[in-house]
Amino acid sequence: MNLTKVLMTSTALTLAAGMSHGQEMADEMTIVSWGGAYSNSQIKAYSEPYAANTGVKIINDESSAEAVAKLRAMNEAGNVTWDVVDVTAADSFRLCDEGLAMEIDFDEQLAPGDDGSTPSDDFGDTLINDCFIPQIVFSTTFGYRTDLVGDTPPTEICDIFDTDAYPGKRSLEKRPIGNMEWALLCDGVAKDEIYDVLETAEGQEQALAKLDTIKDDVVWWSAGADTPQLLADGEVIMGSTYNGRLFSVIAEQDQPVEMLWDGQMFDLDGWIIPAGLSDERKARALDYVKFATDTKRLADQSKYIAYGPARASSAPLVDKHAELGIDMAPHMPTDPANSKNVFVFNYEFWADYRDDVDAKFQAWLVK
Amino acid sequence: MSEAPTAQTASSHAAEARIADAAHTGPMLAADGTPLKKSLNRALRVQKMRALALVAPLLIFVLVTFIAPIADMLFRSVENDIVSETLPRTTTMLAEWDAKSTDIPPEPVFEALYKDMFFAAEAKLHTRLGSRLNYELTGTSSLFRKSGRKVEDMGEVYQDQFEVQNDFWKTGENWNSFMASDAWLAAMADWKPADGRQPAFELRDGIASTLPATSAAYVQYADFIQNVDEKNLYKTDPWAVIYSSLHEDLTGENDLAAYSGPASAELSAAATAAATFETVNFTEAFAGIDKDWTTLEVWQTIKVYSPKFTSGYFLNAVDMQKSVDGAEMRPENQQIYGILFWRTMVMSMAITLSCILLGYPVAWILANLPTRQANLLMILVLLPFWTSLLVRTSAWKVMLQQQGVINDTLVWLGIVGTDDRLALINNQTGTIIAMTHILLPFMILPMYSVMQTIQPTYLRAAKSLGATNWTAFWRVYFPQSIPGIGAGSILVFILAIGYYITPAIVGGTSGTFISNRIAYHISQSLNWGLGAALGAILLAAVLLLYYAYDKIVGIDNVKLG
Repeated sequence: MNLTKVLMTSTALTLAAGMSHGQEMADEMTIVSWGGAYSNSQIKAYSEPYAANTGVKIINDESSAEAVAKLRAMNEAGNVTWDVVDVTAADSFRLCDEGLAMEIDFDEQLAPGDDGSTPSDDFGDTLINDCFIPQIVFSTTFGYRTDLVGDTPPTEICDIFDTDAYPGKRSLEKRPIGNMEWALLCDGVAKDEIYDVLETAEGQEQALAKLDTIKDDVVWWSAGADTPQLLADGEVIMGSTYNGRLFSVIAEQDQPVEMLWDGQMFDLDGWIIPAGLSDERKARALDYVKFATDTKRLADQSKYIAYGPARASSAPLVDKHAELGIDMAPHMPTDPANSKNVFVFNYEFWADYRDDVDAKFQAWLVK
Repeated sequence: MSEAPTAQTASSHAAEARIADAAHTGPMLAADGTPLKKSLNRALRVQKMRALALVAPLLIFVLVTFIAPIADMLFRSVENDIVSETLPRTTTMLAEWDAKSTDIPPEPVFEALYKDMFFAAEAKLHTRLGSRLNYELTGTSSLFRKSGRKVEDMGEVYQDQFEVQNDFWKTGENWNSFMASDAWLAAMADWKPADGRQPAFELRDGIASTLPATSAAYVQYADFIQNVDEKNLYKTDPWAVIYSSLHEDLTGENDLAAYSGPASAELSAAATAAATFETVNFTEAFAGIDKDWTTLEVWQTIKVYSPKFTSGYFLNAVDMQKSVDGAEMRPENQQIYGILFWRTMVMSMAITLSCILLGYPVAWILANLPTRQANLLMILVLLPFWTSLLVRTSAWKVMLQQQGVINDTLVWLGIVGTDDRLALINNQTGTIIAMTHILLPFMILPMYSVMQTIQPTYLRAAKSLGATNWTAFWRVYFPQSIPGIGAGSILVFILAIGYYITPAIVGGTSGTFISNRIAYHISQSLNWGLGAALGAILLAAVLLLYYAYDKIVGIDNVKLG
């Protein structure tokens, strides 16, 4: 063993200190994520350094879109083959409720912030249930074609409902989440009352009635890549998608597209560790997650993709894009200039109402 | 190979017996004297066994990997034991509550709920039940999540008072001394963690009749500590729910006076003290967590879904719902599955029909060209067959969208104006076009192989007898090609109604199928029961149509070549 290796291993051990210290750990792990640019950012920022430090063999799986169903099937079969899974906050609720994800003791099992804050302080409001280890803040927001919206580009969220000023198709996600909130907001409901209104059948009707005004002008998307494609092809003049996708359309592909940050819907993405892993695999998964969600690593990820780190202590470390060299801070959904008017996705509400509202939304769609 | 001679011998015996029969009357005998029938059966049985042995690997494979999983999945459409397993006491108590009454269930039901929730929360099963019931009543998910967190403190008042009354109640060792059998206590005294599993807890004789609620709770608690938590039961101090059960036993009717086992002195002292204990009103305690617990709807839902099997999923799958008054239609703004089933059937038929119209001439040309050219054309038919489904579907997206190839060409030709480009995608048209293309080979191949067997001489004979080209085709050729159309149609139709990737990509909102909803319930909402019910209905519809086809056209008429 040469000196560098010894040094690297000892660094890794220091980073991986705590409960996992000295415990047997598996030397192979499967990490599940969404694929594409997002997975690449994770591999660059977390997995490659981690593998270099520890010598663990990391297998990347791109099944996050079906994570909930697959984890349940694995759990029922008694053979969980995944070690760490990247899921959205909403999915983490379901997994945690179903007992498919392990509960985490955040202060014990995660790394403290660089500024000395405890994990629970540092993550703050992003800790939304007992299983979910937050990683990034992303937003679902709108992008528009600068050449197709006329001389006065849209500046506020309700412009999507204004088919007179902005004639043409717009793309919206084929699910109620987000759309219902925007519809109510633009139908004159105060922002802090939206979820109270949406709890009632009348409120849901009201939102659908508002969406009905633009139903004929909507192309519905179901994959995050749809809207960037539709915008690039000129199929739609504006559309909602994840802000990181729009960033790559604008900054990397140089399309005539601009962001409409107003009314963006904040959401979280993070890790869960499946329930029912063997002790060695669990120790390895916890060790990886502890490493991957420390202050430095979370800030590193933003060099590769325009999503904000979930830790407060990571925010000052957000730097330039690793390849394009542009300053990333103005492209973050959390940037003060972008987050003047934001929604915070109400996880608890949607965990309860998702099935019911979705049934109504789909019934409305097919009519 | 070893049995082969037997069959041969048997058949030669049969031949001899036939000759012998010419001379004798009575039952035909084989050469060895056994009746011919028996001998022949024996030979055939061996053959059948051999055939069965040959197909056995595939048969077992299909059973294990195909039939069994499907049966298991379909079974979920009626399975509903989660409610009665998670809330056993509550569902039993609810049996006496009239769901149509306007009063919420009485206090004992809430007390039962407290106990059930306590155990469920320790085992982290309450949220699972919450998400199950949330499919039926929105809001149950968070109601259960919230209640699970708070239920632990609900009965603590009893624990505190018992522990103040006597230090005896504080430790698990003391509890075990009178709850557990002597045999178990002895076994436990010798047990060391290195020995592996703890001896399973045994209740002391007679304690169950003296302290019924406490015993039941203690057994459940002991089972959890020993088998799930894997802690040493001997040294673990009981949960709050045990104390509230003890309070219930001691203040209720009991024959404590007749009990003379260990801790009888402590128990009777506690019984005297318990009469004056501060009590908990569980109805109010649950209402304090969430006022929803005092609404009728929550209790009606629990009651309606108490049985181990439910028709609820199937009712949901046909836009109905299960309520206290039986099955009723859902409100109109939630009816979706009927429309989707109907649309799936109609569009699949449209796709099948367009496949026939497009595929028939192609198959005819293929069958009538010389082999060399036919083979070349065949590759063109098969080429898309070998391309990934996603690639083909995405290619259609590029072709059909409003700024796409087809619309651009039409605009360039001046057939349509720039502002009224055709909507060819994200609607039914898109689904029909893309799926017709994808399923076309399944139509052409069976047609082609049937048409190849049609003798060209028949057509020539018809014409030589004076038939026009059309009459010769319609009266002679077409009837002979029907088996190919039948086979192709069945293949295409059955594949079409199960498709979901293509409709999801090009179907927009009006071109999606029932399978898209099944996929949603399997992978997003995790409502596998409803997904299974929808799947079962789809399967039944296919079988029904297959049966109808057999009755009308006859399945013997279907030929793949």
